[in-house]
Formats: sequence, structure tokens, C-alpha cells
Amino acid sequence: MNEGLIIAIIIGISIASAPLIFAAIGELVVERSGVLNLGVEGMMIVGALAGFIVEFHTESSLLAVLAALLAGMAIASIFAFLTQILLTNHVATGLALTLFGLGIAAFVGRSYTEENIELISEVHIPLISDLPVIGPLLFSYNPLVYLAFIMVFLVWWFLFKTKQGLILRAIGDNHDAAHAIGHNVIRYRVLAILFGGAMAGIGGAFLSLVQVPIWGEGMTAGRGWIALALVVFSSWQPFKVILGALIFGGITVIQLHAQGFDIRISAAYMSMLPYLATIVILVSLRIRDKNKTNRTMPNCLGRIFHSTT
Amino acid sequence: MFNGRLTSIVKISLLSAIMALTGNVFADPVKAAFIYIGPTGDHGWTYAHDQGANYLKDKMGDNVEITRIESVAENSDSARVITSLARKNDIIFTTSFGYMNPTIKVAASYPDVKFEHATGYMRPTDNISTYSARFYEGRHVIGKIAGRMTESNVIGYIASFPIPEVIRGINSAFLAARSVNPDVQIKIVWVYTWFDPGKEADAANALIAQGADIIMQHTDSTAAMTVAEEKGVYAFGQASDMTAWGPNAHLTSIINDWGPYYLRQVQGVKDGTWTSTDTFDGIRQGMVKFARMTNMPIDVKNEASKAIIDVMTGAVHPFTGPINRQDGSVWLADGETPPMFPDIITMDFYVEGIDSQYPN
Repeated sequence: MNEGLIIAIIIGISIASAPLIFAAIGELVVERSGVLNLGVEGMMIVGALAGFIVEFHTESSLLAVLAALLAGMAIASIFAFLTQILLTNHVATGLALTLFGLGIAAFVGRSYTEENIELISEVHIPLISDLPVIGPLLFSYNPLVYLAFIMVFLVWWFLFKTKQGLILRAIGDNHDAAHAIGHNVIRYRVLAILFGGAMAGIGGAFLSLVQVPIWGEGMTAGRGWIALALVVFSSWQPFKVILGALIFGGITVIQLHAQGFDIRISAAYMSMLPYLATIVILVSLRIRDKNKTNRTMPNCLGRIFHSTT
Repeated sequence: MFNGRLTSIVKISLLSAIMALTGNVFADPVKAAFIYIGPTGDHGWTYAHDQGANYLKDKMGDNVEITRIESVAENSDSARVITSLARKNDIIFTTSFGYMNPTIKVAASYPDVKFEHATGYMRPTDNISTYSARFYEGRHVIGKIAGRMTESNVIGYIASFPIPEVIRGINSAFLAARSVNPDVQIKIVWVYTWFDPGKEADAANALIAQGADIIMQHTDSTAAMTVAEEKGVYAFGQASDMTAWGPNAHLTSIINDWGPYYLRQVQGVKDGTWTSTDTFDGIRQGMVKFARMTNMPIDVKNEASKAIIDVMTGAVHPFTGPINRQDGSVWLADGETPPMFPDIITMDFYVEGIDSQYPN
């Protein structure tokens, strides 16, 4: 196996992982605030379409990413309105959001299946990107790949280093107590949901703007659900999202490469592994948290908050 | 009041007379339904079937009413969808191999409805027809082109599921490529999906990184073509003309032309002449066609055109002995061609010379 191939595999993994990182880090903030939004897949596909349409018409990558972000937020705002103002059930609303997103994207995207666009290209810093090994390995990724990692850092910094982050976590763990000492639970949650939508939107756009320059109905192909599993896998810790995404995304890519080398590992087992790992982690968290007061899982996850109760 | 009643009686009788007349002049339209595995916008398999349905509508106009249901998963969902369609339609086309069992089951409960199962081979009741196209004839032609065009001598093949349909394509393409280039090797990657643009792109990238400079696909999206364009290698389109996605990468596309078959079968229902048949047509009957050949030198183009004519006239069979199985055992003796059943229909082995292990 030569150097170029290893680099190609690593770049492949980064491209397969980045959309998962975006979607999962957004959902992590949502869940940290005590909201369970199962609509990630729906928000991703809407982002993928919005990004594609804007890229197609304006040929501006920046506008395209912005559009994906706004589209993700727009559809997330429906969820925010239903769950936070009308106090609907999180699980049912989230599932509805996924179905709605897939449907509306398929409907609106009808006329765009014929088109293709220019992909967002990798960064190229003169001299540095040309360095052997280090250049392609560190300085030649797609700008959105860097952004994914930066977002993880920012979310970690926000959650654990700022006052607002602390309040958000407090709300996720005990919304009644947070409310009692005067924090606006609904406002924090709505903002968290909108952030989750924005990240899912960019994650979806990554598929249609970086991975393949086409729009196809259902092209997220379950990545939103993987992102949800990833949040559990990370046990709600931002940096573990990166680890999880690299494993989830890496398995797909390595499996495809292994086939090319005729190393035969059953594809079914390989694609099962990340989920198996998620279940194992869930169980071990449960055992570890049993006798502790500070649990990893947000205590109020999925619970409806109403200020009068 | 009396007058009013009289007028309404006259009106009603007039109306029924008109209805009776028109009923005689225009017989009821045939109700035809199509079930698709993917979205019609995939520009691959489902798109080609949908084009066939459009052709049917164009030709029969008001004599046919078409219902289309797309993205139906090959699980219990499909049985439910087929059942609900069987209640309201005269003929149902189930356009994926995985719909075989549900089609058979539902067909047994609705003996008056005709069922047409694409790429299947089971017709237990006489209201089921099966139909498929000899895509391996198309693969034979693109194999010739690939063998000539490759410089790295590695052809990358993105395969969906290990079913006879896909295996035939791999074997046919490989044999044709070897016949013009003895050093050529084929790398096969199974993605276990028909439509996942992201994964198809990952697979294309993996194959190109491992040295493939020609990409063949047996999946439905245009993703692999766009990757080939980006990476500067060649690729073949699948099921429909994919030139637009790879202006510099596209060599040719195998086009599935189902329209005339759909017209024939639905017309058969209308005329009352429909019977259970098994159709397996190829280049000669026009079910397998090619997109314009692009990005290749004239001699390769000529050779490919000759291959098309050879298959069309029957001068050449894509599987002509001597061919051994991958394990070295003899499949076809010198000059021998295989029978349609079971060899071609149920093909479940690689031919000798393919390095990859057969998927289990």
C-alpha cells in the first residue's frame, strides 16, 4: 500500500465523516438542552436541496452553504414552534419532521435532478499545501471539513466554558429548577433547536456540494439517523462526536477499499458495527450512571416543559 | 312542479343515453400501475422505467391510465403497495428483482389482474409475466471499450447486490475487456444499495485511488460519473444517457428502453390477448441501446460499433467458450455458448481471470 493511497483513504474518511459531525454536533446541543429532535434526517435533506439549488443558480458556494444553514433553521423552527410553544411530543414531532423534510425536498427538488453543479473545491494554500505528506494530510481538505472540526471545538467551548453553556446544560438536566431561578427555558431551547437545524442543514449540503455534485431524492440515505446514534455514542461529549464520526464514516470507506484489495469482511457485519458499539456504550453508561447524581445523559431529555407545572 | 319533474326525467334519460353511447364508443381505459425501487429522478434504473411509462402514455393516450409509485422498499412495504394497486388496476409492473416474492403472493390472490415482474424468473400463476433485458450484451460492448481505453489496466466496477443480473454484467464486461487486452484486471466493490449517491461516490473514489482509470457501475445514480469527471478518469453511464454528468469522462451509457415492451403488454390487456410470457430481449430487439459514444478514438468507436452489430446479428455471443469458472472448472467448451436457463438466468459464479472473491 503506497502513501498516496493512504492519503486518499484518509481524505475519503474525512469526507464521509464531516456530514455526520455537522449533524451530530448540532443535535448534541439540542439534546444537551433537553430536547430530542428526531428530525435530523429531514433537516439534512432540506439543507442538501437548498444548498444545491442556490449553488446551481448563483454559483456561489458561500451563498449555497448559507442557504442550507437557513433552510435547516427554517424547518427546525417548525419543530421548535410545535414542541416549545404547543408542547407536542418530541418523538412524534421529530419523526413527522423527518417525513415532512424528505417529502418536501423530493417535491421541490423534482426539476433539479437533471442538473449538476461545480463541487466546492479543496483549499490550496501555496507552498504549505504542496509539502509532501503533511500538505495533503493537513492542509488540503475541503473548507467545510475544517469548519466541521472548528464547530466541534466551538460547541465544546460554548457548553463548558461560557455561562450560557452552563445554563443550557442546567436546563437540559433540570428545567424546573432552571426555570425557578429565572432562566428562560423556552428561549434557550428554541435557540438550541435552531442551531441544530443550521448544523443539520450544512451537513446535508456537504453531501450535495462536496461529496457529489448532484441532487437526488433521499440522498441523505439514513445519515441523519446515524448522527442521532452518534450523539448517544459520544455520551453527549463534543469531542467524542469526532471520534464516533471517524469510526462511523471510516468503516464505510475502509470497507470499500478492503473490497478493492479483495480483503473479504462481510459488508453486513461492518455496517452493523457502529450501531453495536452504540448499544454497548448506552448500556455501559446506564451501569456507570446508576449510582451517580451527575449523569451523562441530560436528565430532562425529551421531557416537555411547561412553566406552570 | 309537474313540469320540473318532467324536465328532470327527460334530462336524466338523455344523460343516460349519452353515457351509454359514449360507453360504447370509448371502452374503459386500461389501468396500468408501475412500482419503482428508487426515485424517478435517479437518472438510472427507475428513470428508465419511468421513461417507458411515459412512452406508453404517449402512444396509448386516453386508452391507458397510469399510476406510478416510487421509492418502494423491497420489504413487506412492497407487498402492501402491490396489494393496494391490485385492487384498482388491470396490469401492474413491479420493476425490481426484490419484488419477486410479494408479486407472486399478491398475484395468487388477484387472478384477474396481470402482473409483470422485471428481472425475475418465477411465474407460478398464469397471470404473471417476467421480463428483463440482456444487459450483459450491453456490458459486452462497454467491456471492449474499457479494455481498449484503460492505461492502468484496472477497471473499477461498482456493484450493487450479488444477484444473477449483476454477476452476468461483471462476467460479460470482464471477458470482453480481456478479449481485447489480456493484461486487464477488474476490481469489484459491492455497495449493497441501488441508490445512495454518497456511497456510490465513496466507492468510485476508492476504486480510482486503487488505480482504476475506468469506472463501470451497476448502481442507479449519476454519482460515479461525476466523480470520474472530477478525477479525470473514464466512466460508463447506467440505464440512461449520463453524458451531462461527465462531459469529459463519459464513454457511452447502456440505455434501457422499456417503452415498446410496456406498450405491447398493455395493448395486450386492452385487446384481451395478454398471456403469461417470459421476455428477455437485448440489442437486437432494441431493449438495450447505447448513448452516443464520446471521448474515444475512432478505432475504438469502430470496434465498439462492430461489437454491437456482432451481438445484434448473433454472430458473437458474449459468453462463448472456452470459458472456465473462477475455480478453474470448465464452464463452456471451445465455441460453446450457454443455454439461457439455468446458466445465464441463474449465474452465480465469476469466470476465470477475475481476482476478487465471489461475494457470499
